[in-house]
Amino acid sequence: MFSLSPLELEALRLSLRVGLWSVAVSLPFGILVAVLLARCDFPGKIVVNGIVHLPLVLPPVAVGYALLVLFGRRGAIGAWLYDSFGITLAFTWRGAAIAAAIMAFPLMVRAIRLSLESVDRRLESAARTLGAGPADVFATVTLPLIAPGIVTGVILAFIRGLGEFGATITFVSNIPGETQTLPLALYTLTQTPGGDAGAIRLAVISVTLALGALVASEAIARRFSARFDGSIDA
Amino acid sequence: MLEVAAAAKFGSFALDVRFSVAPGGITALFGRSGAGKTSTVNVIAGLRRPDSGRIVLDGQTLFDSNSGVDVPPERRRIGYVFQEGRLFPHMTVAANLRYGMRRTAATGRRIDFDHIVALLGLSDLLGRHPARLSGGEKQRVAIGRALLTCPRLLLMDEPLASLDAQRKGEILPFIERLRDDLNIPVVYVSHLMEEIVRLADTVVLLSDGRVAAEGPLDEVMSRLDLRPLTGRYEAGAVITATVTGKDEAFDLTHLDFAGGTIFVPQLDVAAGRTIRVRIRARDVSLAVSPPAGISILNVFPGTVQEIAADGAFADIVVDIGTRIWARITARSLHEMNLGVGSPVFALVKAVAIDRHSLGRAGPPRAADTWRESD
Repeated sequence: MFSLSPLELEALRLSLRVGLWSVAVSLPFGILVAVLLARCDFPGKIVVNGIVHLPLVLPPVAVGYALLVLFGRRGAIGAWLYDSFGITLAFTWRGAAIAAAIMAFPLMVRAIRLSLESVDRRLESAARTLGAGPADVFATVTLPLIAPGIVTGVILAFIRGLGEFGATITFVSNIPGETQTLPLALYTLTQTPGGDAGAIRLAVISVTLALGALVASEAIARRFSARFDGSIDA
Repeated sequence: MLEVAAAAKFGSFALDVRFSVAPGGITALFGRSGAGKTSTVNVIAGLRRPDSGRIVLDGQTLFDSNSGVDVPPERRRIGYVFQEGRLFPHMTVAANLRYGMRRTAATGRRIDFDHIVALLGLSDLLGRHPARLSGGEKQRVAIGRALLTCPRLLLMDEPLASLDAQRKGEILPFIERLRDDLNIPVVYVSHLMEEIVRLADTVVLLSDGRVAAEGPLDEVMSRLDLRPLTGRYEAGAVITATVTGKDEAFDLTHLDFAGGTIFVPQLDVAAGRTIRVRIRARDVSLAVSPPAGISILNVFPGTVQEIAADGAFADIVVDIGTRIWARITARSLHEMNLGVGSPVFALVKAVAIDRHSLGRAGPPRAADTWRESD
């Protein structure tokens, strides 16, 4: 009953790859933007904040279309990427990773920003008096203290990326083995006569992955806070 | 040698301080809450930038608004022990201690890790995280962490404020040992007279963001005009005395000072030691003739130097070889018909002088440990 067809297996593997790459690529930007929003005051901050959160409220298809216009082979950025580096995003799994990254970006930034805002900045000034410069303080005090927030943000963004549908299908289409991730394969199966069993299997896998990631995120966050509060000593 | 001249506006609070700190010894920044003590040490540490002024430590300009010098805190080599410890929660005690040490040039590390661990009694705590330390343990680690950067100056901002009396008693000897063993000048912020009497050699008295007085502890504390700042209940003179002997039969210790010998309940201090004794104004009575048949042991003849009447009370400075204060009622002042120059006898209650009224003065002697009986 629960053996996956090659197509379903391929979709699962592709989804994990797309999810991991999307998170890996967006994490540095996520931390940077979270720092900007949590720590810096600059003109236009409200606008930047709005743009970062836009994917949460826009129709995903609109985001996918915008990506297609910008990153397509003849798009402003896409043409440059292809001419300079030979990189094609449209209709490739890399494009799917970008679409997932952008759709999940607000969740990642939000989690990191919240934990940044709860960092006791007095610890940072204590580190300064101990001889650490600002970058050193960030790496050795701030980053470890926001690690729970980063882990939460990464996991949330990863799950969100796994489930990405609208922007993905618009930007990179639904190509088996290349861009057909779990939700796309699931959609295809629901449109195929006799595809019900496969659709159910993929739905179960999606639920399991998402639930497992949420539980893991909560467990990791608890472990961190337990260490900082002293109930365990590791 | 630290020279501070700084003016700043922090919100509605205006700071305008100018003072210097001599090398060696402990200088107290004393004042009520809101007087600008913490702002002042933050300015010295480089955590807050004054609008104008100049800060020079051992000949190095740390801040100068005229020439635009502003050395960042990490390059000032000033240790800072915060009121709340501020240990890094994600690191063990050992990692906390080594944090600053690792960032200190190897040539500048004249303070040994093991020495500090032994001095502050931290060896059993090294593997723990700060969350599992008591308040007193945290402060000891914070002190060790600051010291291991081998600072040129140590700032301590009410390091005992969050501790109960017992924990305070646990930390105070460590702070005294710093001064004696390591010879690092300390700027010690406090609003508590007993801490200052015990620890400080010199005092900078702050009030409303300004320096109201600056000088040796006994001088500043004996000034009647500073009475509103040093506090009504706390008011009292500080005298310097030498332990000269013991009266085993009655468990009394003899202290010689400029006005004679004062007897206090048994103190566990070696003979020959110089200590500071604070005599609170409310523990001193006055008599116009030598009293007889009373329980007070310490009677000193002197003359009235200053009188400050304030409602029902009057504070009177009496010169008994050194200046001490007496607080009497305005009615007694009237009935005794005292004026400046009147001869009086000052009566000091011996039992009023307890361990909270004592501090160790004079040149540090490393071999000696300071203990006291309760």
